[in-house]
Amino acid sequence: MSFHPNAVQQRGRTAGALLSLVFIFLVGSFFRAQVLQNAQFALHSDENRLREIPIPAPRGRILDRKGLVIAEDQVGYTVSLLAPRESQLVSALRRLSATVEMSQEQQDAVVRRYRRSPNRPAVIFADATFELVSVLEEHRVELPGLIIQASSKRWYPEGAAVASLVGYTGEISEQQLQSKGFLGYKAGQQVGKGGLELRYESRLRGREGVRFVEVDALGRVVREAGARPELTPMAAPPLPTNIDLDLQKYVYGLFGDSLVGAAVAIEPKSGEVLALHSAPTFDPNRFTGGIPVDYWRSLTTDKRKPLYNKAIQGTYPPGSTWKLATAVMGLELGIVKLDDRMPTPCTGGFQYGNRYFKCHDKRGHGAVSLAQAIEQSCDVYFYQLGLKIGLARLVAGGITLGSHARSGIDLPAEMRPQFPDSDYKAYFTRKYPGGWNQSASLNLSIGQGENSQTVVNMARFYTALATDGQAAQPRVVQGAAQRTRLFTLDSTQMRGIRNALAGVVSRGTAGSAKIQGVVLAGKTGTAQNSQDPNNDHAWFVGFAPADDPKIVVAVMLEFGGHGPRAAKIAARIIEHYLKVSATQFIQTEGP
Amino acid sequence: MRRGARPDYPLVVVALLLSAFGIAMVYSAGQTDYPTAVANLWRHQLTWLGLGLAAAWIVSRASSRVLDFMTAPAYVGSCFVLLVLIFVGKGGLGASNNHSWLAIGGVKLGQPSEIAKLAVVLMLARVLSERKEAPDSLVELWPSALVVGVPLMLILLQPDLGTGIVFLGMYFSMLFWRGVSWQLLTLLASPAISLVLAFNTGMWGAWFLLICALVLWYKPEVVEGVVVVVANLAFGVAAPLLWDKLNPYQQGRLKVFLDSSADPLRASYHVIQSQVAIGSGGWLGKGFTEGSQKRLAFLPAQHTDFIWSVVGEELGFIGVTIALGLFFVLFLRCTRVAARATDSFSSLVAFGLVSIWITHLIENVGMTLNLMPVTGIPLPFFSYGGSFLLASWISVGILVRLSAEGRGPAHSLVG
Repeated sequence: MSFHPNAVQQRGRTAGALLSLVFIFLVGSFFRAQVLQNAQFALHSDENRLREIPIPAPRGRILDRKGLVIAEDQVGYTVSLLAPRESQLVSALRRLSATVEMSQEQQDAVVRRYRRSPNRPAVIFADATFELVSVLEEHRVELPGLIIQASSKRWYPEGAAVASLVGYTGEISEQQLQSKGFLGYKAGQQVGKGGLELRYESRLRGREGVRFVEVDALGRVVREAGARPELTPMAAPPLPTNIDLDLQKYVYGLFGDSLVGAAVAIEPKSGEVLALHSAPTFDPNRFTGGIPVDYWRSLTTDKRKPLYNKAIQGTYPPGSTWKLATAVMGLELGIVKLDDRMPTPCTGGFQYGNRYFKCHDKRGHGAVSLAQAIEQSCDVYFYQLGLKIGLARLVAGGITLGSHARSGIDLPAEMRPQFPDSDYKAYFTRKYPGGWNQSASLNLSIGQGENSQTVVNMARFYTALATDGQAAQPRVVQGAAQRTRLFTLDSTQMRGIRNALAGVVSRGTAGSAKIQGVVLAGKTGTAQNSQDPNNDHAWFVGFAPADDPKIVVAVMLEFGGHGPRAAKIAARIIEHYLKVSATQFIQTEGP
Repeated sequence: MRRGARPDYPLVVVALLLSAFGIAMVYSAGQTDYPTAVANLWRHQLTWLGLGLAAAWIVSRASSRVLDFMTAPAYVGSCFVLLVLIFVGKGGLGASNNHSWLAIGGVKLGQPSEIAKLAVVLMLARVLSERKEAPDSLVELWPSALVVGVPLMLILLQPDLGTGIVFLGMYFSMLFWRGVSWQLLTLLASPAISLVLAFNTGMWGAWFLLICALVLWYKPEVVEGVVVVVANLAFGVAAPLLWDKLNPYQQGRLKVFLDSSADPLRASYHVIQSQVAIGSGGWLGKGFTEGSQKRLAFLPAQHTDFIWSVVGEELGFIGVTIALGLFFVLFLRCTRVAARATDSFSSLVAFGLVSIWITHLIENVGMTLNLMPVTGIPLPFFSYGGSFLLASWISVGILVRLSAEGRGPAHSLVG
């Protein structure tokens, strides 16, 4: 315990030994961190400094049957912001709003996007104009982490004319991000929101590319390129459709701004959808890069429902257009032949039990054959045919003919038609707890009552009438035809039905739909409108040429009064279509 | 320096190498992608090194007699300055709510506590060398405890926890060098250890039993034994209360030390980024001035408290080992100076001075890998900061002088 030199030497050795232990421990600790755990820390260091900037892939183009452009990508700019922390994002947005006009709502939306994936740049303007980009470039120094990159924006050259088909694109919603169908998508990405854009999202999407930028701890971009090799985006191949863009535009023009309704034109053998339109519609170009609030409000408050696709989502009582279904059932069951008459001739109405069912023509049609009944749309004939078939077979037959199922068109959100299911007794008991009887078959036989069809589904049924009893699934995008047999009639019966339908146009209820030189076959219908009894919906479903149909057209006009108005529009659609391909027509028709 | 004697070249050369290494790292610390004021600090540091070398030369001219004579005024003056600082001190760059900086007319002159450490070493050496035998009871330790206690309290009032720890490290090292038995050192340290362990009741209980056993075995005077036991008990109970007295940033740092994943984005952010910088360095590092953690500002206080992380990131394990090796040689050489000193005062001064560096190194280097809590004390010869560099070179000057006055040949490395 003294300060004798020997004791001091001893303590010196102890101190040296302790120091050695400390240094061995330190060197060991650094060896562990720098050599043994190097990979883990090096990765962390890279994650610190590198940020993934997605390079959006151009969406695939959508083309019509001749290769004309329905939808394509144009060059646009995306403005986004990289921020290490939310507080820094908020202050950057505040600085940004001093330079560029930005509402609080827009700022909140950016913050929400940031929270979804904080390591990706939060999109501020998905579709910035060149002017905006130049302004921002000037203020780049004040906004570290600002990323402006060329990106593509969706453009529909024909605008509203194709809206009912293509839908529109927009930023992926939070619900979509959470749903299974959008696995692998990230906040801020553009996705299809309706129509073909949504239905064929996976084919149109392409593969997003990635580039890396180096950022510092404050999120400032230090190096733009070369931080790590980038992944180039891959554009999706174009999507060829069956649409005839010229016809589509023509249909759009026919409806104009005043008519409300829908039209579908289908090639009957293949199911190729030539045109599909719902009026009124919207301008999909205005949806790109965020819908202006006032435009969205005007669309959602419009009573004519422009965002509602009346061709595939609206269901309407098919009226007399459905009488063909009753006729087909009667023929197939052998209950009736085309020239058979019914026991009771038409005197303007029909007494059944204690109820009197009127014919649409108060003067009566007299004793008519089935063919004549179709031509003149005689309700009394079909009442009696319906009774002969019976409710059970009427419902079962309707289901077989596709009245209970969706057409299967390759567009999203198609509505299922309203029609009794196979357990029709339970269906009617549910609908009419007070009691029901066989008189339901009278309504059903003329396309009223428990029957509401979409326009596209009626067109599908008529493709079977226009061919050999097989209905083609309507297809917008090119692909193999899928046909389902709905009924089997011999060729004489098929020709008889088509002749009767042709008679409708030349002599019967659709007299206004005659086309010079082309034999048109079709059936009008008037659907009682529960909302407004004085303004019925008008139907026409038909095809041409009658002996070798090239096109099936279904037209429905909301509050359109009677069928002939719809027939006129259908006739003009067919005329436009067939005249364009007149040479081919003349060859098959002969002199 | 004693006329005719050769200076302790190995000591001077190692200290110069460390200073050159350190200034190179301060230069590198300024090389960031977004330039900051740090970019020019290496010039300042170079100026301070010049001042330090001049001071070292002057100091080395003064014999240990002059040192002995200077001890009392230096100690009293230091305590006075530390007292004044509590009222007029300015915050530093790091935790800015302490008062460790002396500023006149708004110009920060330096941190007097760095110089005060030297004065306390001198005063302790003097007090401990007054008696022939080493203190062998707690009662005999009280004069030396008072010498450390007064400036320690003043520094803790600034508050500067890191410097306080250095004072304790220095004090215990010098008691060890004076020949105080390890049992007595343990008893002396026991209340502080109780304080730390109090956060885990089981650990504290075990420690308390151990101390009781030590008291019974070592058989100090009854009063001392009672005081030690009571003090342990009191600190164990008081710890949670003292915890509440700590500043939130100090609490945060201690928490992070106990569990570095406790709060990854705030308090432990610095430590994690430091570990990432060092760990990503690998064998050879990312290259001088090329460290991405430093360049891109992920590394905090890269020129002061965390300059060691820059060494680790840019020069890798090899660079770290070389730097640690230089420190190791310096420390052994200084220990040799202490062992060869002709009188107990000189010996204690030499060992006290090197113990300051050792404590700084263990704490600073340890915290960069989360082996120590973050207390924000600089690394000798490396961290940017004029006062500490000046104080370190004054220490070198004293050590060179004491080496020359010592027994045997001064210029051989192996002692």
